[in-house]
Amino acid sequence: MSQATQGSVREDGVIASVSGPVVTARGLDARMNDVVYVGDEGLMGEVIEIEGDLTTIQVYEETSGVGPGEPVESTGEPLTVDLGPGMLDAIYDGVQRPLDVLESKMDSPYLDRGVDAPGIDLEKKWEFEPTVSEGDEVAPGDIVGTVPETVTIEHKVMVPPDFEGGEVAVAEAGEFSVTEAVVELDNGEEITMHQEWPVRKARPSAEKKTPREPLVSGQRILDGLFPIAKGGTAAIPGPFGSGKTVTQHQLAKWADADIVVYVGCGERGNEMTEVIEDFPELDDPKTGNPLMARTSLIANTSNMPVAARESCIYTGITIAEYYRDMGYDVALMADSTSRWAEAMREISSRLEEMPGEEGYPAYLAARLSEFYERAGYFTTVNGQEGSVSVIGAVSPPGGDFSEPVTQNTLRIVKTFWALDADLAERRHFPAINWNESYSLYREQLDPWFVENVQDDWPEERQWAVDVLDEESELQEIVQLVGKDALPEDQQLTLEVARYLREAYLQQNAFHPTDTYCEPEKTYGILTAIHKFNDEAFKALEAGVPVEEIQSIEAAPRLNRIGVQEDWDAYIEDLKAEITEQLRELY
Amino acid sequence: MKEYQTITEISGPLVFAEVDEPIGYDEIVEIETPQGETKRGQVLESSEGVVAIQVFEGTTGIDRNASVKFLGETLKMPVTEDLLGRVLDGSGQPIDGGPEIVPDERRDIVGAAINPYSREYPEEFIQTGVSAIDGMNTLVRGQKLPIFSASGLPHNDLALQIARQATVPEDEESGEDSEFAVVFGAMGITQEEANEFMEDFERTGALERSVVFTNLADDPAVERTVTPRLALTTAEYLAFDKDYHVLVILTDMTNYCEALREIGAAREEVPGRRGYPGYMYTDLAQLYERAGRIEGREGSVTQIPILTMPGDDDTHPIPDLTGYITEGQIYIDRDLNSQGIRPPINPLPSLSRLMDDGIGEGLTREDHADVSDQMYAAYAEGEDLRDLVNIVGREALSERDNKYLDFAERFEAEFVNQGFDSNRSIENTLEIGWDLLSMLPKSELNRIDEDLIEDYYREEAETAEAEA
Repeated sequence: MSQATQGSVREDGVIASVSGPVVTARGLDARMNDVVYVGDEGLMGEVIEIEGDLTTIQVYEETSGVGPGEPVESTGEPLTVDLGPGMLDAIYDGVQRPLDVLESKMDSPYLDRGVDAPGIDLEKKWEFEPTVSEGDEVAPGDIVGTVPETVTIEHKVMVPPDFEGGEVAVAEAGEFSVTEAVVELDNGEEITMHQEWPVRKARPSAEKKTPREPLVSGQRILDGLFPIAKGGTAAIPGPFGSGKTVTQHQLAKWADADIVVYVGCGERGNEMTEVIEDFPELDDPKTGNPLMARTSLIANTSNMPVAARESCIYTGITIAEYYRDMGYDVALMADSTSRWAEAMREISSRLEEMPGEEGYPAYLAARLSEFYERAGYFTTVNGQEGSVSVIGAVSPPGGDFSEPVTQNTLRIVKTFWALDADLAERRHFPAINWNESYSLYREQLDPWFVENVQDDWPEERQWAVDVLDEESELQEIVQLVGKDALPEDQQLTLEVARYLREAYLQQNAFHPTDTYCEPEKTYGILTAIHKFNDEAFKALEAGVPVEEIQSIEAAPRLNRIGVQEDWDAYIEDLKAEITEQLRELY
Repeated sequence: MKEYQTITEISGPLVFAEVDEPIGYDEIVEIETPQGETKRGQVLESSEGVVAIQVFEGTTGIDRNASVKFLGETLKMPVTEDLLGRVLDGSGQPIDGGPEIVPDERRDIVGAAINPYSREYPEEFIQTGVSAIDGMNTLVRGQKLPIFSASGLPHNDLALQIARQATVPEDEESGEDSEFAVVFGAMGITQEEANEFMEDFERTGALERSVVFTNLADDPAVERTVTPRLALTTAEYLAFDKDYHVLVILTDMTNYCEALREIGAAREEVPGRRGYPGYMYTDLAQLYERAGRIEGREGSVTQIPILTMPGDDDTHPIPDLTGYITEGQIYIDRDLNSQGIRPPINPLPSLSRLMDDGIGEGLTREDHADVSDQMYAAYAEGEDLRDLVNIVGREALSERDNKYLDFAERFEAEFVNQGFDSNRSIENTLEIGWDLLSMLPKSELNRIDEDLIEDYYREEAETAEAEA
């Protein structure tokens, strides 16, 4: 979190009451949403209500032992994040305090109180290379130089949006810390590598455009059936144990974004540890560099203070927007937005606000849509193209999608990946229900798949969707009369659908090869099953009994394509064998 | 330390008193009734001039003249290694007639959150000796894995079996398998249940390496909100300061949540789902998240909370919120129980999220993950077919379907049903798994690596069955 830069001098106050994370102060002169330091220990908080002489503050740290009469000090600044090189390969709490720095500062594995640390290292020297020279005109948002931030990412230094801009007076390459001026303008403005931005305000952009490119995830059911666009929004709701977090992790690992911001909001500590331990060892499928080199983590686990859980989503999206401004494609995973909504509910109920549905505050829908609207495919202020894709997990109580957070999210997002407890129970993973899920980006993205993968991508997909639809209708009958009572052609359809489920929709996240499936392979598997379908129906027409068709030796090998590294040859081979074995039957 | 006789309101477990000095939030309070009885409480809300106090032992006997004393500190648990072998009440006072406890240290019971950066990812396999857990929902050191049960089911027997049998098979060089220290926190259980636990602890000699906290059903409900925190503070001390591997059993979380609701109602808070407070998720997380391992520390805290689902309903807020925080869950099933299966664990809805990293070559056995996956899929298929059998009868099903039905039967009767006294090694569990899987033709085993099928599949079983 940003160090308080001095605004106008304001009056300090004293604590009037304490109730959990909500503290009221008397005599404090602060604006709405200003950051304040509470009590003798200087716990960080934010002003959330002003009434008469009383100011209500939500405190981002544990308040045990804090009592009335202790001082409250205003910084005169809203909650901001520090933006600059060093945000990648970092892990933050909900108010952008680096957790590794906190560990060494507190000298304890437990999170102590009242310790602050800047979001980026203010001392570290970075190699700055200007991209402008003396005499160039620069406007707010323009890129003035680059810094190699990680092996993967070149950090771009931009003129802050609140600068006037003008002619470059000094611009030299060299090693600088983030607080030193790297470019000076003739009007006296000094540009450093460090910017601050209030988290609750979207960073400016020139234009929001219609997204036309998919965010390729390497997950067959997502790329194949329910794709999300770069700059798109998606929701993953599901009951516990259905695989929300694994799906989010898979996306964070394999999505072809330049930058990934992963927000663990009110979730498990061990899950964040898994990310911290795994990501440095995994390779980015695009560049081959360690995944951490493109990742920024925000971990506000469920036992960390609830107010910081409310802010962690904003911290994440602001960091995402900053990299978007550099012209990068950023993917933000928020796990889970329900915990965020619950944090709002908790604070709201401590404020004794009139509750809306299920105790959530009446402004729930507005906050959710505000957040998701910060996603999009943009032309940035400096004329580049960049995107922020947002993928939010939702944890509906009891797995009931009719609850307010799921419903309000679905009104905004365009991709819906419905996780299903039944599928998870039979270990069908990813447990995304293909009948309930949808993607409104499908048509919009088809031209990309046609151009970059195969001409008949949309047709093949439609074939798969039709078979799966037919299967779910047939299943209802099977439940009543048994499979063997169906006519032979329908039995065969069920068999084909089974391969679609097992070989195509299922994907093993823990298998080294199967965990990532490029779109070409996704397409390849589909055509192999389609081939089996066509040949099998030909055989059926030629009078071969369905049982014989089902028992050909090659067919079960469809299920093994996913784990093949050399899948191309394997598929060709398999197609030929299926054809041969089926034709032998008649 | 000032004493006040300024109580203005008493309502349920809450007492409001006027004060003329600032009192810290969460501070401990002693209230002395005119009869000379001392009760302890905690500051729930502190404002200028008035504080709300939550009284642990109940407000009976407190009147306007009772004296209120603020101790100037938050609730602390005296911790020492000597706690092992001791039995304490729900607020941490010894009730076993033993010597007074001389603490090494007094620790804040709220417990700060572990920095996620300082955690170490849990991946050491714990062998509980229960096939349905070891084979299908493996527990690892530092995990929190609750038992979802309901009234009338033998969850206590299962918890005891785990406490008795849990070991971590060590490397061959270091020899000994390591045992666990057990911290047992009982909240609102009956005297009879408490006796059952105590007798078993004494019978097996487990008491020596246990610390027992008991808040019984007739103890004050508010005290229940403190008991698990005392237990966990003790567990953290033993694990991270004294290098023990600690297994924490908390029972029954449902009673704990009822106590939270009671306090919430007394404070006239806006209720969340089914009257439970809106902050119950955060509150439960502050308990469950105290499981784990810390980098550079020898010990670990593994949690097995037990909860009884009201009306067997897992969408009830208590199991629901728990499931969202814990790393999986073990379901005790009423149908299996009435069929006499012991322990009646239903593996289908059960889950261990940390399983994948705790098993496999070098940890358990190379085939563990595949075998478990395949058994899940096969049992799920068998379960589905049972519905169908009820309608069309077994004869109407294909040979393949009949094999799956047989598999499901034998899975329950042989794999799950092992009794509360048998302790199976992981090899034994996996071998039984292969016995069962070999009932199915090889081509059906699509989740198992082909090489593993070659190594483990029992050809004879298949042929023998075909002949029969």
